[in-house]
Amino acid sequence: MDDLLQEFIAETRETLEALSGEIVAWEAHPEDSARLDAIFRFVHTVKGSCGFLDLPRLGRLSHAAEDVLAQVRVGERTPDRALVNSVLAVVDRIGELVEAIESGASLEASGDELLIAALAEGTQEMAQASGPSAPRAAARSVRLNVDLLDRMMSGMSDMVLARNELARRLRQGDIDPAIEAALERLSMTVGEMRDTVTRTRMQKIDALFSALPRMVRDTAAGLGKSVMLHIDGSDVELDREMIEVMRDPLVHIIRNSIDHGIEAPHQRRGAGKRENGRLSVSARQSGNQIIIEIADDGRGIDTEKLIAKLVAGGRDEQQLRRLSRRAQLALVFEPGLSSKDEVTEVSGRGVGMDVVRAAIEQIGGRVELDSVLGKGLRISIHVPLTLSIISAIVVGAGNQRFAISRQAIEEIVTDRSDAIRIDTLGGARVATVRDRRMPLVDLGGLLGIERAETGESQLLAILSVSEGSFALAVDTVLDNEELVVKPASPAVMAAGLYAGQTLPDSGLPMLMLDCAGMAQVAGLDFSRDANEAFEEEEAAQEPAGLPALLFCDLDGTRRAVPLAAVDRVEQVEGSAVRFAAGRFRVTIDGRILPLAAHGTLEGRARLSVLRLKDGESEVSYAMDEALDIILLPEEMVPARVPGPVAGVTLVDGEQIELLDVLWVFDEHADREVETEGETAPLCLISGDSDGWMSSFVRPILESAGYRVATSLAPGETPAVVLVPEESAPAEGAKAPLVRLRRRRSAAGAGDDSVYRYDRAGLLSALEAQVAGKGLR
Amino acid sequence: MSNLFLIAHVAGRTVAIDSDQVESVVDIGEVTAVPRASPHVRGLAALRSRVVTVVDTQSALGQEGGSAASRAVITQVDGHHYALLVDHLDDVAPFELRPLGGGVTLDPAWRAAGRGIVERDGEPILAIDLAALVPGQIAAH
Repeated sequence: MDDLLQEFIAETRETLEALSGEIVAWEAHPEDSARLDAIFRFVHTVKGSCGFLDLPRLGRLSHAAEDVLAQVRVGERTPDRALVNSVLAVVDRIGELVEAIESGASLEASGDELLIAALAEGTQEMAQASGPSAPRAAARSVRLNVDLLDRMMSGMSDMVLARNELARRLRQGDIDPAIEAALERLSMTVGEMRDTVTRTRMQKIDALFSALPRMVRDTAAGLGKSVMLHIDGSDVELDREMIEVMRDPLVHIIRNSIDHGIEAPHQRRGAGKRENGRLSVSARQSGNQIIIEIADDGRGIDTEKLIAKLVAGGRDEQQLRRLSRRAQLALVFEPGLSSKDEVTEVSGRGVGMDVVRAAIEQIGGRVELDSVLGKGLRISIHVPLTLSIISAIVVGAGNQRFAISRQAIEEIVTDRSDAIRIDTLGGARVATVRDRRMPLVDLGGLLGIERAETGESQLLAILSVSEGSFALAVDTVLDNEELVVKPASPAVMAAGLYAGQTLPDSGLPMLMLDCAGMAQVAGLDFSRDANEAFEEEEAAQEPAGLPALLFCDLDGTRRAVPLAAVDRVEQVEGSAVRFAAGRFRVTIDGRILPLAAHGTLEGRARLSVLRLKDGESEVSYAMDEALDIILLPEEMVPARVPGPVAGVTLVDGEQIELLDVLWVFDEHADREVETEGETAPLCLISGDSDGWMSSFVRPILESAGYRVATSLAPGETPAVVLVPEESAPAEGAKAPLVRLRRRRSAAGAGDDSVYRYDRAGLLSALEAQVAGKGLR
Repeated sequence: MSNLFLIAHVAGRTVAIDSDQVESVVDIGEVTAVPRASPHVRGLAALRSRVVTVVDTQSALGQEGGSAASRAVITQVDGHHYALLVDHLDDVAPFELRPLGGGVTLDPAWRAAGRGIVERDGEPILAIDLAALVPGQIAAH
C-alpha cells in the first residue's frame, strides 16, 4: 500500500510538472483541444488512482473537474475564463493535496466544496487558490532509466580498476604516508560506492510474482480447473537481471504444475481432495541465496510413468530401476520428455524441465524436487542473491587462475590429510573423503594445463552439483573474492566448462568454472552409475551426529563448534584486533565485529577467526587454527555452569569441549535493535474500516516507538487502543482508549477525542494513557 | 553509395572492413587463455572494465600458426565484444562496395567472410564481415 501511494505521489507530481506548461497554454487559448485533452487525461488518471488508493478528497475533486472537462470536450460547455480558472484551481489543489499526503501534513477540506461549486455552470465567482500551501516535502524518490543504472555499474567497475592500477603503480616506489592515507580513503569510498550501486540494482521479487495470479487464473480456466494461488515473500529483493532470467523458468514450472500436476476437479474429488487445487509460490532469503518454492497439491511425479517413457525411448530399464528414488525423480530433467501423453495447448511447447534446469544452473542456481505421489510436488529453486556479484573462491591450475562459486563448494581438503584416500578404479580416479566416495577430476588435466612442477600436494575442492558431488583437484587455493561475473561470449561458452567471465582486482580477466559443466565434460554421469543408491544406503548406516568444526583454541585446547553456526573461517592480521569501546573487536571486510576469545589475544601477528552468524547478528571467535570437520556423537556431558563451553564430548577417545554458540551470542553480540521490540508498548488500531489509520497514523506511532497491530495475537494485551470516534472498540476494551475525530474542534467539554491530523496531540494523549494518567 | 572502410592486413592479406562494424582499434595487453575453447579463441583480454574475447583471425581464416599481432579491432556481435587481431592498419577511406561476381571463387576459409570488393587505386580488396570470423556464430547474410 505504501509503495503504491509513493508511486502515485511521484507520478502525480511528475505529471503536474509536465502539465504546468500545458495549463498556461490552455489558459491563453481555451479552445485548444490538445491542451484540454492533456489536462483531461491528468484528472482522469488521478481519479482512477484515487478510487484504488482510497483517497476520497482527491477523488471528489478530480471527478468534478473531469465531468466539466468532459462537457467541454463534447461541446456542451464553452471554456470561458471562469471555467478555465476554476479547473486550474482544482488542478492546483490536487497538487497541494498530494504534497500534503507526502509530508503527512493536513490540509483543510473546507475549500474543496468551494472549488467544486465554482466549476458549475453560470458561476461568476472566481475560485481563489487557497492560501499558503503546505510545505513541500523534498522528493524522496526519482525514477531512473535502467540503462543509466547499468552505466553506473560499469563506471563503478572502471573506477575500481583505476584505483587498483593506481595502488599498483604507487607500490612500485616509496610512498609518502600521506599519499597512502589518501589512497586508503579513496579505496574505502570506492568500496562503499560499489555496495551502494549494487543495491540500486535490487528489485522486489514482486515484479516477478505480480503477474502470476492472472496467469494462474487464465491457465487454470483454459484447462477447466480451479486453482487457488497463495503468494508469499513478495518483498524479497533480487538483482533485477536475475528476475529477468527467472521469469521464463517460473512461468514454465507453474504452467506445468497446473497442467500436469493439479488434477481435474472430478479426479480430485475421487482422490478425496478439495476440488480447488492449491498452488503456493514463495520466496525467502537464506544466507546469500534466494529460495523460490513452488508447491502444488496435485498428483506429484509418477516415476513409474517416467521410467516407462524413457524405456520406450530406448533407455535401459534395469539401469533406471536401480537408481535411487531421488535420482528417479530427477529423471524429469531428461531432455525431450513430456510426462503427459497428449500435448496440450498450455505446456506442450516442446520446452521441458531440462531447459528450466539449464536456465537456472546458468545463473549459478540449482533445482530440488520433493514429490509425494498423489499428494503433490514441491520444487525449490535456489539462486544466488545477485548475478553481478558472486562470492567465489579463486583456485589455480598451473599458472592460470579460475573462480569457483562458493555456493558450489562443500569443502576444501588437502590430499595429504589422513581422512582422504585417492584410488584409481578401472582407469577412473576416485577420492574417498571421510567414507564418502566420489569421482575425482583433475582441473589441470581437464583443461589441458600442465602442472607447475612444484611437487607440492594438491587440494581437493568438493563440489556439489544437482545430481551429486565430485572432487576437483587443484594446485592452489588462492583467495576468497567477491566477483562481478558476466556471461562470456558464445565462443567461450561453447567449451561447456565456464559459467562466465570476470575482471578481478588484478585487472586480468578470469573465467568462472561451471561445476555442472565440468562434471559433464569430464564424463561423470551421476544418473547412469548406481553410485547414488549406494550412497543413500551408506548414509542410512552412518552414525547420526552433528557435523562440527574441530579447532585449536588460543589457550591450546582442542574445541569443537557446530558447523551450522560457522559462516566462514578467516585469517586476520593481529593489527585488525583492537580493545575498543569496552571489549575486543576485530575489523573484517570493513566492518567491526565483536571478538570473543578463550585465551590471550595480545602479541599475535596473525590469527584465525571463526565468523558465527545467527540471522542478523554476527560475532567472531578468535582461535589458533581450524583442524578438521568431525561428527559429534549425540552424548554430551553438559558444563556445570553456563559459560563459553556448553559441555564436553568424546571424539575418537579424546575429550573435546564444545563451544556454546548461544552463550557466545548472548554474551558478545552487539544488540541495539532487539530490546526495543520487547518493551515497546503495543498500540491496537481498532475499527479502521477505511484503512486510513493504517496508512497514515501507523507510521507516526511506529516512529514514536509504539508497536502497532490491527488485530491481537492470542495472549497479547494492548497498552492502548486507538479508535475512530464513530466506531465502538471491538476487542481489547479493557485497555485505555484514545478516540480520533474527523472534525477539527471538539464537540464539547466532555469530548476527550483527538483531531486526527493533530500529530502532537495524538502522541501526548497516547503517552498519557499508556502511563496510566488518563483523564477518565 | 560509398561507405567508410578500414583497410587492414589480416592473416597476411589486405582486407577492407566496413567501419560500421568497428567500435575501436586497440592494442591488446595480456591475454587469459580459455582452455578447451575453439582454437580460434585466443583468450580473454581486459579493455578498461570490459572483458573482450580475443579472436585469432589467422586461425579463423584457416591458416597455420597463430597470429603474432597485438593490435585488434573491436566489434560487437549479439551484445558480446570481440577483439579481432589484425597485423596492421593502412587506411580509413570511403569506398564503394561491389559484388564479388565474375566467377571469382574464394578460398573456403575466406568464403564465409567475403562480402564483396572495394577498389583502391585499381587494386581490388576483399571486404570482409567481421562477425563471420567470430567462432560459434552463424553470420547473418
